[in-house]
Amino acid sequence: MTSVLYDAPGPRAKRRSVLISIIGAVLIVGGLISLIWTLGQPRVSANGSIQPGMWDPSRWDIFLDVQVWRFLGQGVLATLQMFAVAAVLAIIIGILFSFGRAAARQWIRTPVTVILEFFRGMPVLLMMLFILLVFATGAFWAGVWALAVYNGAIIGEALRAGIQSLPKGQREAGLSIGLTPLATRFRIEFPQAFRQMLPIILAQLVVLLKDTALAYIVGYPELLRNATTFLANFYGNRYFFSLFFVALGIYLVMNLTLSWIARFVARRTGPKLGKTTGPASHVPGIDGTRAITLPRTDADTGLDQTGL
Amino acid sequence: MDAIIEWLPEFGRAFLVTLSLLVFAGLGALVIGIIIAAMRISPVASLRVFATGYTELFRNIPLTLILFFCAFVLPYLDVDLDYYTLALIGLTAYTSPFVAEAIRSGINGVPVGQAEAARSIGLGFGQVLSLIVMPQAIRMVIPPLINVFIALTKNTSVAGAFFVVEIFNVARTAANARGDEVVPILLFAALLYLVITVPLGFIAGRIEKKVAVLR
Repeated sequence: MTSVLYDAPGPRAKRRSVLISIIGAVLIVGGLISLIWTLGQPRVSANGSIQPGMWDPSRWDIFLDVQVWRFLGQGVLATLQMFAVAAVLAIIIGILFSFGRAAARQWIRTPVTVILEFFRGMPVLLMMLFILLVFATGAFWAGVWALAVYNGAIIGEALRAGIQSLPKGQREAGLSIGLTPLATRFRIEFPQAFRQMLPIILAQLVVLLKDTALAYIVGYPELLRNATTFLANFYGNRYFFSLFFVALGIYLVMNLTLSWIARFVARRTGPKLGKTTGPASHVPGIDGTRAITLPRTDADTGLDQTGL
Repeated sequence: MDAIIEWLPEFGRAFLVTLSLLVFAGLGALVIGIIIAAMRISPVASLRVFATGYTELFRNIPLTLILFFCAFVLPYLDVDLDYYTLALIGLTAYTSPFVAEAIRSGINGVPVGQAEAARSIGLGFGQVLSLIVMPQAIRMVIPPLINVFIALTKNTSVAGAFFVVEIFNVARTAANARGDEVVPILLFAALLYLVITVPLGFIAGRIEKKVAVLR
């Protein structure tokens, strides 16, 4: 890989780099092997009974049972269901927030701003608990509404930034051809802002999918709850860890898939983003100059920092 | 209202616990994040691969599962720590890749010409990074970093579900004990979080404006 930060390595630097690479790889692989080995050791519990190691077949044999997978599948479905409903609501709420935030009238703008700051500044978990206890909606809707409102607030901010970053001429042109201010916003400004902010919205949806695991805490029977509470209770506690690691793997697959889709879309709509950052991002010369740049990997849409 | 007064001492202690979680996990994540970011742009391939893998792994695991791992699996592996320290480890591990990404995006935001000019006058990799690129990157990176810490503040609430007595935990206990005053109790807990997050957001906005003028 070439980079502006350092020269193409000569023979000595190459040798050193290979050496460090090998040492690093040995350390990492060694650490992993020792971790796996430690996990595999049988251990003596406090009352003197010996429990089999982590990789003992007696800890994994339930995964041959179709019922286990069916139950895990139900958990995945419950998670995805919460994600889907919350995502749709979050986008709707986000659109409403963005219009309120960008409204021409002060008496709309100020209260919407305050409400938005309030929702953005408080933990989703607390919101879930609030909805669960105060509105007595049940765990599913508590999770859905909390996720929708929180992520809606963030999507709303992104859309507002998108609307405000548009050239003023867009709005003026809309008004000058006789559209009402509202129609201008809906038909001229909003579609452009939405397209421009699509990568950010998708990145936020990845966060939303991750945050569905919070519903575990308010007792919604999603993937983690199904795996580590219901299944572990039913089949016995010695499967607790295997079930946890399987649930972890499923979460990783789901999140990585959605992240990948988000990045794919971000890259496709990518070049448009450059326009909003103003003259600072302008690189003189033909496009080819851009090719020499810092090592950029695909994570580089600049999105994932705010979420968590 | 009297429920809040009744629980005020607990809330006070819980607020300090949340603050200390924020400070220590934040510092830990900052240190690990800077190391990971440096590894990601280093000339050595294996370091880059490791840093990328670390980032991808920890960014795509829900925080609930990480803290679950820390609270239930680590003690089983003979890690003999209290729940506060375990939660601190989990929060640090979860936040560090976000810090690393923020710093890296700052480095990428430094115009290419800066690094080219530095190299053309004969500076090496370490010099380019420490004298030219990093001082510019860090300034641009402060607002996104503050946003990461705001998110961390909110994420400390998840530790409350795993036996750490912080604001969320106390709010839940208090709401269960005083079913008649659930709304004021939870709103008060939200207020305590806002006391931390809103000023941080304000500072981030101010710095962002300042930096924008300078650039």
